[in-house]
Amino acid sequence: MTSNQIKRPLGLQLLIYGFVLFWLILAAFPFLWTMWGSFKVELDFFSKGDWTNVFSGVRTQVVYGKSFTGAGYEGAWIQEEFWRAFFNTAIVCVSTVLISLTLATLGGYALSRSGFRYSFWLLIIALVFRALPPITLVSGYLQPFYDWNVWGTLPTTIIVLVAINQPFTLWMLHSFFQTIPKELDESAKVDGCTQFQAFRHVIIPVMWPGVITAGLFSFLLAYNDFAVTALLLSQENQTMVPKIASFMGTTQTEGNIMFAVAAVVSAIVPLFILVMFFQRQLVSGLTAGAVKG
Amino acid sequence: MKHKTFFWFFLPTALAMFLFIALPLTSIVSQSLHTPHDAGIWLLLNRVIHLVVNLKLLLIIRQVKKSTKSKPQGKWVGFQIYTDRNHLAFKEVGEFWESKTSFIDFVSSLNDLPFYRAMGFTLTYTFVVTPLVILFGFIIALAVNSLHRHLKGFMVFFSLLPMIVTPLVGSLILFWMIDARGIIGSGLQELFADPTLSLKASTGLTWITLIVYGVWHSAPFAFIVFYAGLQTVPQETIEAAMIDGATRFQQTIHVIVPHLSPLVAFVALIQLMDNFRVFEPIVGFSASAHATSLSWIIWNDIGQEIRLLSSAATTSVLTIIGVIILLMPVLIRTWREFNPEK
Repeated sequence: MTSNQIKRPLGLQLLIYGFVLFWLILAAFPFLWTMWGSFKVELDFFSKGDWTNVFSGVRTQVVYGKSFTGAGYEGAWIQEEFWRAFFNTAIVCVSTVLISLTLATLGGYALSRSGFRYSFWLLIIALVFRALPPITLVSGYLQPFYDWNVWGTLPTTIIVLVAINQPFTLWMLHSFFQTIPKELDESAKVDGCTQFQAFRHVIIPVMWPGVITAGLFSFLLAYNDFAVTALLLSQENQTMVPKIASFMGTTQTEGNIMFAVAAVVSAIVPLFILVMFFQRQLVSGLTAGAVKG
Repeated sequence: MKHKTFFWFFLPTALAMFLFIALPLTSIVSQSLHTPHDAGIWLLLNRVIHLVVNLKLLLIIRQVKKSTKSKPQGKWVGFQIYTDRNHLAFKEVGEFWESKTSFIDFVSSLNDLPFYRAMGFTLTYTFVVTPLVILFGFIIALAVNSLHRHLKGFMVFFSLLPMIVTPLVGSLILFWMIDARGIIGSGLQELFADPTLSLKASTGLTWITLIVYGVWHSAPFAFIVFYAGLQTVPQETIEAAMIDGATRFQQTIHVIVPHLSPLVAFVALIQLMDNFRVFEPIVGFSASAHATSLSWIIWNDIGQEIRLLSSAATTSVLTIIGVIILLMPVLIRTWREFNPEK
């Protein structure tokens, strides 16, 4: 590419930089704007008259005597008990990731090492399951969950999320294990290991990059889920996303829209941190399936 | 790997998928054929679980028998729910077909029927957003790839954000910005010098808003995939094309695009699956007055005070049929690749 770059005409160069800047603003500005605005009062965040009010914080100054306020966060986290939703999300995400990784690692490894016809069909079935919108399954869950009296609890939701995540995680780990040479565990088996011992002593030490990537995506699926968590969790067990959705109904009428803004920003921050630390793994995970074709 | 070892390795994940995906699937099919609901399969499973958990055999069987009696199976109604007004609405469609004079009239009258309304938006969204995502992602990838090395990492970081963020949260953020009092909403009002302009007021503008959101949310995915693909474009071919006098544009069309075409198929597959389930933006943008999707009407049925499970199950089955039709080309292709001799 270097030889290309030197000869690029100025017009094209400007076009490229202009477009990149346009995309950068499109991608980043909404988040930065909302984060900044979450420390203001509603009349500043939604300032019809003069949009620079968000930066100067005129109204915020009038109400609180300074141009920043944590009132939205206080209202959301303490008054509306968003901290409860935060901890519920933490429990749900961590458990979902741990359980679905355990199951999918074993399954994905088996699929990658079995050349039989049925392993192909299992992958196709998993692909079809992956394509189903999760919400189509929910009406199938509700009746039995009521009957067994397990509706609304965190463990039920965790198990459902694990199952819904399985097809995707399975595919991802399957294609990862295929990149680990078969000879590695074959030779361990020649040395007298059983398949499981080969897996334990040879594969487990080298599988962590793939497992971490799959874990990240499994975390995101659980963290970002709305349909399942909103319909399967009771009011007091709500995780962050359904809680935010229920804020929309209540706070908009009570004029506490800044609570919802603060809650939304609180839900974004963990994702920001995640992208910051795991950018490389996320990118490799997104392309893993693609490179396989 | 031996069959037996495979079985034990695969059992946990198979069990999870069987119990919580395959069984619910059969359960919604049976629900959709009964009214108000059918618990046949679940009652059977219920019995098994009671047996295992409590081990009080006789007592439990008596209990289950009693519960079966007190809660009879829902009434079998066949395809009645499928053909009622809220789903395929055969009767209404027939009437429209008879009474409407032009085809356009007929299509627009379908808009009054909830299922067709949702279907219309879902399909429009899927088939508009998917190509736009591919195009936009490709342009971003080309642009970012020509940047300096240090800028690339920075761009990738910010580009990931719209995709990683929770769909509901992302749509709420944009919703507040396009509010008449928000920065984009009021900016547009000034731009068009129309103080009553609202993106939420008309159906057309709401659809455009949702589609813009969809592209914003998914373009990063296409970008990352294409960007990774660009790193593997063979330099020799590019140089050969250059020597042959191909312009920059010709190089892109004839060398880079063919090299990336398998990736386009991959992105299109994932995007078709994901866009077909469009749901959260409709909730986030409070857009249900102007746009509904198949997932949204399922949500709406379940979220009612009296949960309309049979109705939701019927829409679910129809949605799943839609997904399978959508996946058909891929499934057929995979089948052919696997059985090349046939």
